Amino acid sequence: MSKIGIPRTLAYFLYYPLWKTFLDELGEEVIVSPPTSREILDQGVKDAVNDACIPIKVYHGHAAWLRDKVDFIFSPRLVSVRLFGDFGTETFCPKFLGLPDMVRLTVDKLPPLIDTRVGIKKDPKEIFNIAADIGDVLGKSAADCKKACRKGLEVHKKYQKLLSSGVLPPDAIAQLFPNEPETNNKVRREEHQRQRLVRKPNREEAGLNIAVVGYPYAIYDDYINGGILGLLSKENVQVFTQDMLSDKVLNRQAKHLLKSTFWYFSNRAVYGGLHYMKQKRIDGIIHVTAFACGPDSVVDRLLEIEAHRHSSKPYLSITIDEHTGEAGIRTRVEAFIDMLNYRRDKI
Amino acid sequence: MKVSFPHMGYSYLAFKWMVEHTGHECIVPPEPSKRTLDLGVRHSPEFACIPFKMLMGTYLEVAEMGAEMIITSGSNGPCRAGLYWVMHQYLLEELGQPVKIVALEPPLCDMRDFIGKLRLIRKTGGISTKQLIWVLQVTWEKVKAIDEIERHSHEIRPYEIGKGDTTRAFWQALEMIDAANSINEVRLAYREALKVLDAVPQDNSRNPLKVGIIGEIYVVLEPSANHYMQIMLGEMGVQTDRSIYLSGYTKKTTIYDLEGDLYTVAQPYLNEAPIGGHGANSIAETVLYSRHGYDGVVQLAPFSCIPEIVAKSILPTVSRDHDIPVLTLFIDEQTGKAGVQTRLEAFVDLMERRREVKQKQSTIARRLVI
Ligand code: SF4
Ligand code: SF4
Repeated sequence: MSKIGIPRTLAYFLYYPLWKTFLDELGEEVIVSPPTSREILDQGVKDAVNDACIPIKVYHGHAAWLRDKVDFIFSPRLVSVRLFGDFGTETFCPKFLGLPDMVRLTVDKLPPLIDTRVGIKKDPKEIFNIAADIGDVLGKSAADCKKACRKGLEVHKKYQKLLSSGVLPPDAIAQLFPNEPETNNKVRREEHQRQRLVRKPNREEAGLNIAVVGYPYAIYDDYINGGILGLLSKENVQVFTQDMLSDKVLNRQAKHLLKSTFWYFSNRAVYGGLHYMKQKRIDGIIHVTAFACGPDSVVDRLLEIEAHRHSSKPYLSITIDEHTGEAGIRTRVEAFIDMLNYRRDKI
Repeated sequence: MKVSFPHMGYSYLAFKWMVEHTGHECIVPPEPSKRTLDLGVRHSPEFACIPFKMLMGTYLEVAEMGAEMIITSGSNGPCRAGLYWVMHQYLLEELGQPVKIVALEPPLCDMRDFIGKLRLIRKTGGISTKQLIWVLQVTWEKVKAIDEIERHSHEIRPYEIGKGDTTRAFWQALEMIDAANSINEVRLAYREALKVLDAVPQDNSRNPLKVGIIGEIYVVLEPSANHYMQIMLGEMGVQTDRSIYLSGYTKKTTIYDLEGDLYTVAQPYLNEAPIGGHGANSIAETVLYSRHGYDGVVQLAPFSCIPEIVAKSILPTVSRDHDIPVLTLFIDEQTGKAGVQTRLEAFVDLMERRREVKQKQSTIARRLVI
């Protein structure tokens, strides 16, 4: 049995249940890094190239946290997860494409990475081969891998169901894995309590409804975004994110654009934004974006222009960076909420 | 129609000829200036890359000059460049500029789209398909000739005796290509142009440092975006080579001779390619320049350029493994010429010192053998 570390950021928020189940089934021990903290961020800032965006730096920090605690770090190279986009060109941000190499060459003394390439746009069944490749590294038989992968996909489906019923990812993960091993449990419990504050599904109440779109690793990582979801919930706001929408609903938005973006996470954010803009019950849109994020220079302006052209919904763009403090975010979010409330009073 | 296109290095001469011969009026894009950049920065998203901003500025300038159509290239990713035109179109509309952007997506992706757009250009210009094909052939010939002349100018500049002679001869050569009106004329002009360049008085006793230029295509190709870096280095007495040319044809760049697949060379460091832009190329080219005995490599990239950031985080390892110094210059709107010059001078010093040390070592080694 090997210890396998999973950094709690980037693709973690969408794929953890799949990965975790798969590795559990193979009999490995999964260790997740704790939620992002000052130390993790500082370490990442120190290790990563200074021109990188904050999520990538944070990933370096998580990898560094795991290095002396595990035998492998699980860092699959995400290249494509579906056949999509104009000419089927959808992939991931180039930084994802080069992520395992960046981490390996810049963070000292890392254990080996499991950086199997995930490119399944040609054939979704490829996932079983990928599972077998990963199993190969760990010395497992192909048959076992296939079984474990099936199980993983089942749980993944459950996870997606939870998300589309309106549960936020960290919450859904806690529901799926209520008794994680000791190391993860404590943080998980604390996180769970914090998240419960966030989540008060009281659609009947007269609170505001705000769509928060952006990359999962930006909107669900409380530390790097100054706890924006918590702030909203304290203000009695019902939050909607793109991850609560099914692929079918999201992809319907594709036809409204001249050309889709090339990146999976960006497409989701754009479509989510476009969808919510057309929903009557949504009072405003918040886009959380990372400082110096390449794809977001496209995504953000696109959403802004569309919001301005096709709806009268107020649009707020919040940029996060190393120095984002909770205070700064709070001021902006509160001002936005005030403005929305004022608009509603007028109607 | 009044037609324009992006300004990318000296290729604008070829495209000017092309537009004029497809029956359109050409609005020649001005060389990007401070004003171009300011305009672009003002109307672009803050974190758009410099090429996006420069092009935005250029488009606004040509719109002012009356352009109705802008022909540019699309791309199938995975980097932002393929979405440039979509955003540019959005932003121009927001600013109330009635310009249409016609982006030619790579024909391999979508032949119908490609042909449809070519037909649009042809029909609005009122020429036949046969004429269009001829125009495209001549244009291609011109692009190749211009690239080849530019490459040669960087080769001889470090040997020039009178500072600026090469650049003057280079412009003369460009004018000769510009005046040509058929494939044969271009070929003839090209041969003459090379002679003009070779006639620059040179001091062949010099042994210039050799530097490879790698990085993102726009800032590498557009001298006004990189503060005329190759000319600057040439006049400091450094010979420069780069692998990126618009024609992609100038295979004479030293490092490409039979090197096999670039991505294979990059693979020990970056196990995925392409990653957009020239990210993977940058890594492979550093390896190749080292193998070919270059003294150093300059990586040129726009600030926030995604693939080059990936490359930058990997390059220190490549540089160590292959014993070749790398200078990374990330360019943004604040980058000034003086800053670039200082950093280049320091880099040149460093390379000179390395060379001396190496030479000493080899003389010692030789003496020991005797
Ligand atoms: S999408 Fe943006 S935030 Fe995410 S890795 Fe790429 S540049 Fe960074
Ligand atoms: S390669 Fe760099 S400059 Fe080119 S589009 Fe991508 S981020 Fe921008």
